[in-house]
Amino acid sequence: MTETIIVRSARLSDGTSGDILVRDGVIAELGTVSSPADRVIDADGLLALPGLIDLHTHLREPGFEQSETVLTGSRAAAIGGFTVVHAMANTSPVSDTAGVVEQVQSLGDAAGYVTVRPIGAVTVGLEGKQLSEIGAMANSRARVRVFSDDGKCVSDALLMRRALEYVATFGGVIAQHAQEPRLTEGAQMNEGALSGQLGLAGWPAVAEEAIIARDVLLAQHVGARLHVCHLSTAGSVEVVRWAKARGIDVTAEVTPHHLLLTEQLASSYDSRYKVNPPLRRDEDVRAVREGLADGTIDIIATDHAPHPVESKECEWEAAAFGMVGLESALSVVQTSVVDTGMLDWADIARVFSRVPAQIGQLAGYDRGIAVGAPAEFTLYDPKASRVFDTSHLHGKGINSPYLSTTLPGRVIATIHGGYATVLDGELVDAETISRHSAVQSGAHHG
Amino acid sequence: MRHLLSTRDLGRDETIAILDVAEDMAGVADREVKKLPALRGKTVVNLFFEDSTRTRISFEAAAKRLSADVINFSAKGSSVSKGESLKDTAQTLAAIGADAVVIRHHSSGAPLVLAESGWIDAAVVNAGDGTHEHPTQALLDAFTIRRRLHGRAARGKGLDGVAVTIVGDILHSRVARSNVWLLTTLGASVTLIAPATLLPIGVREWPVTVGYDLDDALAAKPDVVMMLRIQSERMHAAFFPNAREYSRQWGLDDERLATLGADSIVMHPGPMNRGLEISAGAADSAKSTVLEQVANGVSVRMAVLYLVLSGTRLAGERPATNERTAS
Repeated sequence: MTETIIVRSARLSDGTSGDILVRDGVIAELGTVSSPADRVIDADGLLALPGLIDLHTHLREPGFEQSETVLTGSRAAAIGGFTVVHAMANTSPVSDTAGVVEQVQSLGDAAGYVTVRPIGAVTVGLEGKQLSEIGAMANSRARVRVFSDDGKCVSDALLMRRALEYVATFGGVIAQHAQEPRLTEGAQMNEGALSGQLGLAGWPAVAEEAIIARDVLLAQHVGARLHVCHLSTAGSVEVVRWAKARGIDVTAEVTPHHLLLTEQLASSYDSRYKVNPPLRRDEDVRAVREGLADGTIDIIATDHAPHPVESKECEWEAAAFGMVGLESALSVVQTSVVDTGMLDWADIARVFSRVPAQIGQLAGYDRGIAVGAPAEFTLYDPKASRVFDTSHLHGKGINSPYLSTTLPGRVIATIHGGYATVLDGELVDAETISRHSAVQSGAHHG
Repeated sequence: MRHLLSTRDLGRDETIAILDVAEDMAGVADREVKKLPALRGKTVVNLFFEDSTRTRISFEAAAKRLSADVINFSAKGSSVSKGESLKDTAQTLAAIGADAVVIRHHSSGAPLVLAESGWIDAAVVNAGDGTHEHPTQALLDAFTIRRRLHGRAARGKGLDGVAVTIVGDILHSRVARSNVWLLTTLGASVTLIAPATLLPIGVREWPVTVGYDLDDALAAKPDVVMMLRIQSERMHAAFFPNAREYSRQWGLDDERLATLGADSIVMHPGPMNRGLEISAGAADSAKSTVLEQVANGVSVRMAVLYLVLSGTRLAGERPATNERTAS
């Protein structure tokens, strides 16, 4: 059987404190627990948050295993406090058939650190020409509900309309990477005074905002649900706010790095700061924080984008877009919106667990840490402080913008499926995890 | 001076000191034997990821007049075009023993990345990076203006009160950027004239006056009119309707040339598109400094190579961040 775990004296995000008993993969008791247990975790001073759910992760497998694999990305997720990641479709082959999404899901199950939910491509090969086999992916063992061409925008308005209509029939959602391609040809960084001075081709805010504006109107017209990936500008926040006020069924995400970092970092031409969408101005950072606080932006998602060293160890224009984010996400969120007083930990549980589960249609996360709910949670020490370095990274990528900076907080333990994936701030070894995972799936199917 | 990467971080005293050393270097060109032994035994590599024969031979002449050994490394037809990274190229040059690397690169910021990478310890001189900067061009332009204004008495002087109008493709021009920072540091007032499509967003935050109408700008009788080259690929990317319309509105033709003041000068960084941004009459007039700019370019580049390779600390120079602090 699976192990029984008692977590002693954890503080919950609603402010109450108590023990948590984990038995047979579920939260069996809360409060003062006196039952025997195989393992006791002292959580005095630690915060228990429901398992974090990332709606936007690049796991790179199949096809780009030099950057990340499902296993290494799952380990990076677990140490960051995640229990679910949604694997983006820009793999090779592209996740545009039932076969590929089932493969990604089973690799995730075998790794056992987190639940891996594949995202299906909207169009064949992410080419923006023809819808992929969305129905087959939805009906596959992977039961795909989120579809995205992320990395590329579904820029053809008619194709986007059709995709929205098509997924609405089974309650799916299109997660749009909002980037007007013609306005961003060769673009390198946010367009403004700084891009002009640095001589880096500008990426105007309007290239994002115009697509979001078009898509919310399309979603309204066909009565479908739209999710906006990694919203990054003040104007985008306004468009989504306007759409929600009109009752349009739209959700939006923001990344931890867009909550914290600004375009000024590009002045160093250090390509760790090169990301899509680009880092924006101070006023944009303020606007996305406010949007997250007032509910205009529904969730936080990492856009974890690992790259091999050589893809970043070069001049800016030659470098790949993207930064790793799973391992640092909770710390960056703490420093940008919790320590600044804009969100409390109950809000974080909502925007980083409950609502992402709703968007991805995942069961078991609607009540957070509650008796009878699946044992998916993380223990976090918000009082810790650390100089973030490569020893804190557990995926294959070291392209983090936070190296050598001081970040608050640290994940001490993560419980997934009733077993620990992280203990004492360290990952549990892969063999132990896959043994637990096999027992778990045996319990499900047997 | 450890490197020369941009004019934006050059102070006024430092800039004047470089121009004064360039005055000394200019004297060498007038001698029968055009050579100084200053950099004997030093190796200067011209690392050109973009073709630019004019800039390369100018740096080559400068290094040779200072007795340095010169290696020309052109990315075209080399392993670089087969995908070798900047890192591998830099480490190769370090292994060869380069003391200075003069780099021309299509990617903005590449010289800074090279200087701060730790891949090579050599002095780095930016010979033009993407649409960012071309600092030696701005230095030679400032040198040329100063000489026209003050002749042999130029030493120690800035460009206070000089009105400079720069016309053309500001958006893509590293020459314009380097000149904006350098000329304003020296006290000049700079006006930029271009179609709106060829001005960067945010240009109004630069320390310049911006306008669209060349005739209005010329009516203000600027001391210097600097015409920028229009690249043919801009015409195909809808920045303006066609060459004729550009030439009519933003070209320095003979009629416009005639409106200039008696002492005003016409500059162009070359190579010129005669008949497009500048008429033959303007290019060949007595006001034109095009060939002086080329000659002065060698003197300025001699000064820069000498300063970075001799480790001379200039007046007003801020200590380099990667330099060991003296105890």
